Amino acid sequence: MSRLELIGPQGLRNDGRRVKELRKINCKPSVLSQADGSAYIEQGNTKCLAAVYGPREARTKAQVLHNRANINVEISLAPFCMSERKKRSKSDKRILEIASAVKQTFETIIKTELFARSQIDIYLQILQFDGGTIQICINAATLALIDAGIPMVDYVCACSAGCIDNEPVLDLNYVEESHDTPELTVALLPKTGKITLLQMESRLHVDKFQSVMEMATTGCKKIYHILDEVVRENVKDLLEKKK
Amino acid sequence: MAFQFLSPKPSSQKFIVDVDMDGDIDMLLKTERKNFESQVVTPGQLITSDAQSMRGHGTYTTESGKCAASVAGVVERVNKLISVKSLHARYNGEVGDLVIGRITEVSHRRWKVDINSRQDAVLLLSAINLPGGIQRRKTEADELQMRKFFSEGDLLVAEVQGHFQDGSSSLHTRNLKYGKLRNGSFVVVPQTLVQRGKTHFHTLPYGVDLALGLNGYIWVSKHTTQSSKDQDSDAIYSNENEEIDQERREAIARVCNSINALSRHFLHINDTTIKLAYEASLHFPVKDLLKLDVMEAITSEVKAGLR
Repeated sequence: MSRLELIGPQGLRNDGRRVKELRKINCKPSVLSQADGSAYIEQGNTKCLAAVYGPREARTKAQVLHNRANINVEISLAPFCMSERKKRSKSDKRILEIASAVKQTFETIIKTELFARSQIDIYLQILQFDGGTIQICINAATLALIDAGIPMVDYVCACSAGCIDNEPVLDLNYVEESHDTPELTVALLPKTGKITLLQMESRLHVDKFQSVMEMATTGCKKIYHILDEVVRENVKDLLEKKK
Repeated sequence: MAFQFLSPKPSSQKFIVDVDMDGDIDMLLKTERKNFESQVVTPGQLITSDAQSMRGHGTYTTESGKCAASVAGVVERVNKLISVKSLHARYNGEVGDLVIGRITEVSHRRWKVDINSRQDAVLLLSAINLPGGIQRRKTEADELQMRKFFSEGDLLVAEVQGHFQDGSSSLHTRNLKYGKLRNGSFVVVPQTLVQRGKTHFHTLPYGVDLALGLNGYIWVSKHTTQSSKDQDSDAIYSNENEEIDQERREAIARVCNSINALSRHFLHINDTTIKLAYEASLHFPVKDLLKLDVMEAITSEVKAGLR
């Protein structure tokens, strides 16, 4: 059988990480001047750019909600984001599903009731794809929303975990994802530990679920600390400049 | 018997007694006080568990009744009112503010104006100066020719008159200072950089007029004298630009680029900083002001000038 060994004999994965290791996160808020808030984030080789516009006047009358703001999420994959160059339409069912998951996540977190009859647009662009689309979209959107000064109850941090050869593994990359690894994506509020999104599309033995879930949760908390650090740095930096 | 005066012992009580102007005593615990001094908070972070405090903008009450931040920014305290000020936010109109806006829609007896707020503001037909005298009543004919006054895309300077129930603002231009904008250039900066001042109309010594909108929109135009504005009330809604000579155009472009440099480096924008930036920019040709290193050089000179 020519099956690729996902965890090597030394316990290292194909990208050199250990089982409990996150990919390296590199992020920067306020990268775009036109948007109200924006962020760029890299998780390993997955790269995403987020832009937030609003709260602003709803573009069409149909989108107006009388008691709260309407949130609009659009995700697009750059033609060059995968190994094969291909133009992907925005109405791809798979992408629309992710967009609606992101939208549902943030509808409960953003204090939308403060902005009746307005609209908040979140545009997400995947520049390079190496697995973990939902998690990077949520993390990027969180950073961009904070940068835009939109009131939120808490951060939302997302992380995935899977199970390879009966062993729970944190933060799957594309190679691991595409080898039929059961993948669980969790998005949670790090302060209260409330879960806002839980998604798994394959079968996982119930005995393993607990450990995979715990791994994803600790991953989320780690991501939270990284994002929080960056946001604080950014605020302090701007304050320093303003003085 | 010899007397000895002992120096007062430091109080062991854990409250910091801080009497303000009204004689109110601040009774925060020392630990909580520290929390305010660190100042920078991020969404979800607890600010205080004091049930007495009032929650202002940028905060919310958690399920356990504590006060937490909802935006990333700095904690501001006025007596018991706690609010968090974000560094990037949309403009929140207050009555009397001077704003610059762009018409987005002409509808029944009103215009919709984009003022960088969470909703477009409303400018009622009855809230503008009609040509032919201030005292003139509005007629049906005025309603039919609203596009002659303002049409989509026109820029105007106005004052916030009030708020509607849903949070949108209403504007008015019932003053000769306000009205349609011509003969100049439009600049957008983060709204937090423009602060309230005595006046938001400035005349710079280079023959340039400046209108600083509190919503972060700025209009830089050729200088016009007040008397020429008064002369013909029909001309206030004209769409024709006046003749602007080369020298004046360059001055306008230089002011615009100086403002852009200031906003890029997140410095406050007012007449003083703009003048400093303009003077610093004179070493460079106008088009070089868009270069990052030139912006850096100008803003560092402004910072030095402010000290």
